[in-house]
Amino acid sequence: MVDRLSVHLPCGESIVRAVDEVSFTLERGQTLALVGESGCGKSMLCRAIMGLVPGRALLPAPGRIVFAGQDLGALEAGERAGLCGGRIGMVLQDPLSALNPVMKIGRQIAEPMRHHLGMTRVQARQRSIELLRAVGIAQAATRIDCYPHQLSGGMRQRVVIAIALACEPQLLIADEPTTALDVTVQAEILDLLADLQQERSMAMILVSHNLGVVAGRAHETAVMYAGRIVEQAPTGELFARMRMRYTRALFDAIPRLDDPAQATLTAIDGQSPDLAALPDGCSFAPRCAHAEARCTGEAPTLVSDGHARHRHACWFPCAVGPTA
Amino acid sequence: MRFVGGKFLHLIVVILAVTVLTFAMLDLLPTSAAYAVAGANASAHDIAAIQEDLGLGDPALVRYGKWLAGVLRGDLGVSLVSGQPVAQAVASHLPATVELVVLAQLFTLLIAVPVGLFSAWRVDSRFDRFCSALGFGLTSIPSFALAMVLVYFLALKLKWFPAVGYAPLSAGIWPNLKSLFLPAVSLALVEWVILMRVLRSELIATLQEDFILLARAKGLPAWKILLQHALRPSLFGALTVFGLQVGNLIGGAVIVEQLFALPGIGRLLLAGIFAQDFTMVQGCVLLIAVAYVAVNFLVDVGYGLLDPRVRCGGVVRG
Ligand SMILES: Nc1ncnc2c1ncn2[C@@H]1O[C@H](COP(=O)(O)OP(=O)(O)O)[C@@H](O)[C@H]1O
Ligand code: SF4
Ligand SMILES: [Mg+2]
Repeated sequence: MVDRLSVHLPCGESIVRAVDEVSFTLERGQTLALVGESGCGKSMLCRAIMGLVPGRALLPAPGRIVFAGQDLGALEAGERAGLCGGRIGMVLQDPLSALNPVMKIGRQIAEPMRHHLGMTRVQARQRSIELLRAVGIAQAATRIDCYPHQLSGGMRQRVVIAIALACEPQLLIADEPTTALDVTVQAEILDLLADLQQERSMAMILVSHNLGVVAGRAHETAVMYAGRIVEQAPTGELFARMRMRYTRALFDAIPRLDDPAQATLTAIDGQSPDLAALPDGCSFAPRCAHAEARCTGEAPTLVSDGHARHRHACWFPCAVGPTA
Repeated sequence: MRFVGGKFLHLIVVILAVTVLTFAMLDLLPTSAAYAVAGANASAHDIAAIQEDLGLGDPALVRYGKWLAGVLRGDLGVSLVSGQPVAQAVASHLPATVELVVLAQLFTLLIAVPVGLFSAWRVDSRFDRFCSALGFGLTSIPSFALAMVLVYFLALKLKWFPAVGYAPLSAGIWPNLKSLFLPAVSLALVEWVILMRVLRSELIATLQEDFILLARAKGLPAWKILLQHALRPSLFGALTVFGLQVGNLIGGAVIVEQLFALPGIGRLLLAGIFAQDFTMVQGCVLLIAVAYVAVNFLVDVGYGLLDPRVRCGGVVRG
């Protein structure tokens, strides 16, 4: 459970509000999708959960992260490190840079097991081979002695997933796991993650800037804008009844492979806001076609729209109805 | 090993080029070696006789061939001043230099690596700023001035180490190390700074990498992240600098050798220059150049050891 979590990064004179009062709850075996444009704070939120924010970042009160009943902020650094990599695993965006280029992948997979589970070299190696098989790498017993540069991008991402799974985590954080990969490999990796999650009944946070990636793969979807969650609902409900114009814009930006005329990505008009100088009121107002006086004066809060745990933050939400 | 083989061929070619340059360097000098041998009062007749004697009348290529054949047999000619074989003189001065270089660079590493690691891990910390300031201070002092301060306190006041002189290994390992300690430290106190700066900046860049974030996400302790993940990919610049330093020290520690009365190559070279002992200078220069090239060959091989990508390897698709 994440409760009113904020991450502020002092940057010269100003403060970048990378994450602003984000709250959500995630049950065992469930997937939460976090969607939003680049720079809206998704990665920073993930890093905050892992306890890996940059050294100068502030985590203002009353933000809390509670994992399996434990307040992570209250833990000693050592205990927290024991959770990271042990019971929480993380997959990074770019598999080409996420692996140490000068270390054999076998050792990189074995490392967390040797450290957290106290396995011997031989045990860890055995387990690493099993893990490589589990993430769908053929000839695992020989590939284990490869260096990362000897593997393709898709295989490297599988290795990163194997590392995240090494200690049987209860929570897997996948931060844009397919953004850097070929379209053909993307679906494979996403399906692999979904299968693994089912098998191991892990909770998963699946981050993406592409709403299309999330459809059918997450139980719940939260849309982030400028460091905040602006709309959150069970995924089916969200797609059926989008209330936020921003969510719709994201939806329209999904590249359609079946529609050649639309094959190029539609960008959302305007730029995502400077997180160091957010406007008063709704941070989407400068780009919103329906903004009115109230929008620039007063910030909308996340409220329930009274239907199937659907929450949104907008003074003048879209009419309920099928998305056009 | 094909990688090393290729580099080795390259090494042979470079060393051949070095011999040509070394030979040409002395051959082109305005004063003929014969004048140096004969002394200031020699008649033209004497000079001619000596030139005949030294084979100076032959065409350059023939002389180079003869000289190179001698070099390959380990014959660097005889000193024009003392008549001692140059190879013998060089060999007797080599141990002090080699030991000095090894010890100095060992101390350099012992200071530079830990300081670089700590400074990069906590950039701008008090420790980092202190070490940077100290480093700039030390590099702005010439090493012989430092050496004199060290001699004053550690040798003259505390009497822990001898002030000057060299005890060869045959005199026992302990006296030997003691005689080299101060010269090595005074070199290392200057050399560590640049090595540390290079290592530090490369480490800072490495620590920004995603794979360091992933290593932290594994929950590994700081020392493991630094030593097992960050250090090795950050050693390229440091390795280059290290190689250059070793190369420089082989013939360039002249002042420190002079100050501590160490019988090293640098001093031999300097004495040869003052005495216009051309064959001696030639022998020393050749040795220094070959050592330089060899060290850089080892550095090249070191890159391959550090980074598997340099060694080449096919990409497995799938
Ligand atoms: N190390 C950092 N220092 C200062 N600001 C940062 C740092 N990392 C990210 N940010 C800022 O935090 C915001 C959120 O970034 P991020 O979480 O990476 O976005 P996303 O993952 O959604 O693309 C960005 O606006 C970025 O400018
Ligand atoms: S609150 Fe106003 S500006 Fe913000 S999204 Fe809703 S309508 Fe647009
Ligand atoms: Mg990101």
